[in-house]
Amino acid sequence: MTVRTAELLMAIATLLLSLGLMMKVYFDGLTIGWVDGRGPGAGVWPFWLSAGMALASLATLIRWFMGVTPESRSTEDYISRDTLFIVGVSAAALLGLLISITIIGTYLSLMLFMLLYVRFLGGHSWGMTMGMVIGTPVFIYLLFEVALTKYLPKGLPIFEEGFLWLDNFRYEWFY
Amino acid sequence: METILIPLGAGLLQAFEPLNLFMIITGCLAGLFVGCMPGLGSVNGVAILLPVTFLVPPTAAIIFLAALYYGAMYGGAISSITLGIPGASTAVATVFDGRPMAQKGKADSALMAAAIASFIGGTVSIILFTLFAPPLAAFALKFGPQEEFALMLLAFATFIGLGGDDIPKTIFSILLGLVLAAVGFDIISGQPRLIFFDMVEFQRGIGFLVLAIGVYGIGEMLWTLESTKGKVQMHNVKITWARMRSNFGQIREYINSTWVGSILGFFVGTLPAAGATPAALMSYGLAKTFSKDPDSFGKGNVAGVAAPEAANNAASTGSMLPMLTLGIPGSPTTAILLGGMIIWGLRPGPLLFTESPDFVWGLIGSLYIANVATVLLNIALIPVFIRVLAMPFTLLTPIIFVLCVLGVFATTDRMFDTWIMLIIGVTAYLLRKLNYPVAPAVLAIVLGPLAERSMRQSLISSQGDAMTFLERPISLTCVLLAVALATYPIIQKAVRNRRSRRAA
Amino acid sequence: MTVLKTLTVSALALAVSAPAAFAEWQPRKPVEFIIMAGTGGGADQIARLLQGLIEQKDLSPRPFIPMNKPGGSGAEAMRYLQDKAGDNHTLMVTLNSFYTTPIIQDELGVDITEFTPIGLMAMDTFLLWVNSDREDIIDLDSYVASVKEAGLDWKVGGTGSGQEDSILTAMMENEFGYEVTYIPFSGGGTVAKNLVGNQIDSTVNNPAEQMEFWRAGNSKPLVQFTAERMPAFPDVPTAKELGVDMEYYMQRSVNGPPGMDPEAVEWYTNLFQTLFDSEEWQAFCESDGLTCDNMLKGDELAAFHAKAAKDHADLIEAVGADKITGE
Repeated sequence: MTVRTAELLMAIATLLLSLGLMMKVYFDGLTIGWVDGRGPGAGVWPFWLSAGMALASLATLIRWFMGVTPESRSTEDYISRDTLFIVGVSAAALLGLLISITIIGTYLSLMLFMLLYVRFLGGHSWGMTMGMVIGTPVFIYLLFEVALTKYLPKGLPIFEEGFLWLDNFRYEWFY
Repeated sequence: METILIPLGAGLLQAFEPLNLFMIITGCLAGLFVGCMPGLGSVNGVAILLPVTFLVPPTAAIIFLAALYYGAMYGGAISSITLGIPGASTAVATVFDGRPMAQKGKADSALMAAAIASFIGGTVSIILFTLFAPPLAAFALKFGPQEEFALMLLAFATFIGLGGDDIPKTIFSILLGLVLAAVGFDIISGQPRLIFFDMVEFQRGIGFLVLAIGVYGIGEMLWTLESTKGKVQMHNVKITWARMRSNFGQIREYINSTWVGSILGFFVGTLPAAGATPAALMSYGLAKTFSKDPDSFGKGNVAGVAAPEAANNAASTGSMLPMLTLGIPGSPTTAILLGGMIIWGLRPGPLLFTESPDFVWGLIGSLYIANVATVLLNIALIPVFIRVLAMPFTLLTPIIFVLCVLGVFATTDRMFDTWIMLIIGVTAYLLRKLNYPVAPAVLAIVLGPLAERSMRQSLISSQGDAMTFLERPISLTCVLLAVALATYPIIQKAVRNRRSRRAA
Repeated sequence: MTVLKTLTVSALALAVSAPAAFAEWQPRKPVEFIIMAGTGGGADQIARLLQGLIEQKDLSPRPFIPMNKPGGSGAEAMRYLQDKAGDNHTLMVTLNSFYTTPIIQDELGVDITEFTPIGLMAMDTFLLWVNSDREDIIDLDSYVASVKEAGLDWKVGGTGSGQEDSILTAMMENEFGYEVTYIPFSGGGTVAKNLVGNQIDSTVNNPAEQMEFWRAGNSKPLVQFTAERMPAFPDVPTAKELGVDMEYYMQRSVNGPPGMDPEAVEWYTNLFQTLFDSEEWQAFCESDGLTCDNMLKGDELAAFHAKAAKDHADLIEAVGADKITGE
């Protein structure tokens, strides 16, 4: 896909998004007009600003057809093959991180994420990899759970039990 | 004068008591550390350490929390500059020029500028605070919704020039930010708005940090990954004495915008409801508008780092004023400090200055000391922060991603926001590749809710009469200033064009 | 003096050891302490004070973690608690939107009678305030007369449509047959400031939010909406004394999700009883104008909630939901 095509598609997408937002506000029954003696209703702000977004998207479309923007004349790849790999893998890894946090909990997910990134993407030595795999969760645990008393997600009950068993030592020995 | 100097002297002496001095230093260090983590800001630090402070006397406790607040303000700039992720909403404007400077290998001079500007901002505002606290409190009371809205107009006007060259795309970005700010529960009508897919989580709204970390943490990281192909590591800077000195000498380039930012920041900070974020943005906008070389802003102009940093530190001191004298928090952090004071049995309000002078002056005294302590610590730690940039990118990237995810989670305690962050990050990356500027959306989501709410409150109170904004003196002044500021860059451009034409 | 000291110390020691006596159940992980409002408000202060006291007195083997879930006037918090059914490590500090939000947002799918009641920590009260510059307003009658004369030019500030004070404002409109302009602000403190700055004409505020301005002589209370005069305001008449049948309170209670284990409920109830009886809590109640005579718990509190929920449903029906939600 070229940058030129991408700009067209993006302008269409933003136009549709704006129209969708306007419809959402309208069909939720929010007042999109002036209420006598009260000023703008609850829907005025989102509705008319979305209308503005739609107009801006239209302007971009028109400028695309006229070839005004540099992007509309560019025939380079929007996302080149190399980029697709590095960016795609990173985005996918993040997606995977979020999914696995909800299933196996924060700490195991962090270890897997670090393993993937440091060893397989970064190509670092096993020593460095293990350092990061162990070091990251320990640092995060100390910062978030001990210092800031945040309870990070622990995943399904079975993984939570495992964590609580470990966490118990902290309270028994240090607290 | 005597009425100020004597209690101030006593306050300074109090701050030098061993326990209080210890509190100041620990507080500054903890604040710096929390502040430089993306997503974690002074709010987290203060909220979490509040219970700890029940163990010490109230003065020591508020000194500790105030030092932490200060440290976090400085710390926010560190992650903005080294990682390119604003640690807190107050440090957004610091990213605009701090990040490009770091990429050019000038992270140390950006950090130095941020520290010095923060110090000047802090000092100016503490002095103003010491001298003018009571009259300013009276002035703050004159600020109704009309004035708040006029102030927001002024804020929007100052950063009118921040967008890219593509005007429709800039407008789209601003409006998108403003619309996203409307998601959630509308307090004026009591109705839920833009609850997508009927998910009750949206009633909370889309927080500023979710958007900012999505855009700058995830989106910018993907962008950097693309441009470096994950191979190049960032510039490694060797810190030498000579270099430190030349960084220090750079102060002439940004001293003017620092003064302006400090004074502006203090006044905006003292207004309840405004706080440090609009102050920093306005200061950046002003520095750019009145710069001799506005085009270099956003590409690594050191004044673009100094201006917002001076303003946000000045404003954070300023926002203690409405908290102490009116019992109204000017920022989420002061809201928690306020809660702390009530728990310690202190009653913030008009009588606090006369009924608990020890506390007030002890606090003011400790602000002076905390400011000095933080700037020294900060400059001493610059080499440490720079080390972060020397890390291989394949190590830095996963660490940043992890901190972004957990930082967003920690602000609201829900996974939902991390998903929104990822979606926003990827979208921001795709938009940015097509030359859509993303900064305006981030700014708009901060100012949007304030602007909408104050506009509707004003119109309800005037029963729908829009002239209300022009009928009140303070509000009228702000509106006129906003119009002048909005047209200034256009006139300036026209004048320049004519000159260059004549020259040609 | 020494006797008193020994007594307090032994009472404290008893209080500390009391939870240990019920050692069958104890929290095994940090307890999520949900606040159905934002940071800095009354509920938030209470939650953070309770958390601080728990920590200071070392009453729980695991920390309490305050979490603000202010979305949708508490809708987000209640939905969250409902979804945590059966969880023994989540508690919520409530305000009156606990009753009103499920009525106004009927699609929320939350039935508050299913929640596990733990303890009623305090009752907050409301007073009617005007700026002390208004020398012409000295009592309820002159207030009503001024409002009627001003009509819609009379501006009442509040903390948001659907919140407690908007209900009370609507009740007053009904009672006295006038109509005012209601302006929502983002918190009780902001309302107080706008009253003192003369941006609004009157407000129905909690005592804590106006106390300092009142002491400084910037604002004055006209009526209190309680059964009897509060000790903090001995000279302010109650609405009942003036022949107006209006009484309204804000409850501050601690509740758990549906289906908690009875052992856990017992442990938490004991914990909050200890806190309730502590000197610090009672001192806080007194200075903030809260009523804390007796902690309702268990079935009593459940009955209290059921009655309050019904009362609010009746109130909302009487004044009309659209009047409370605006537009």
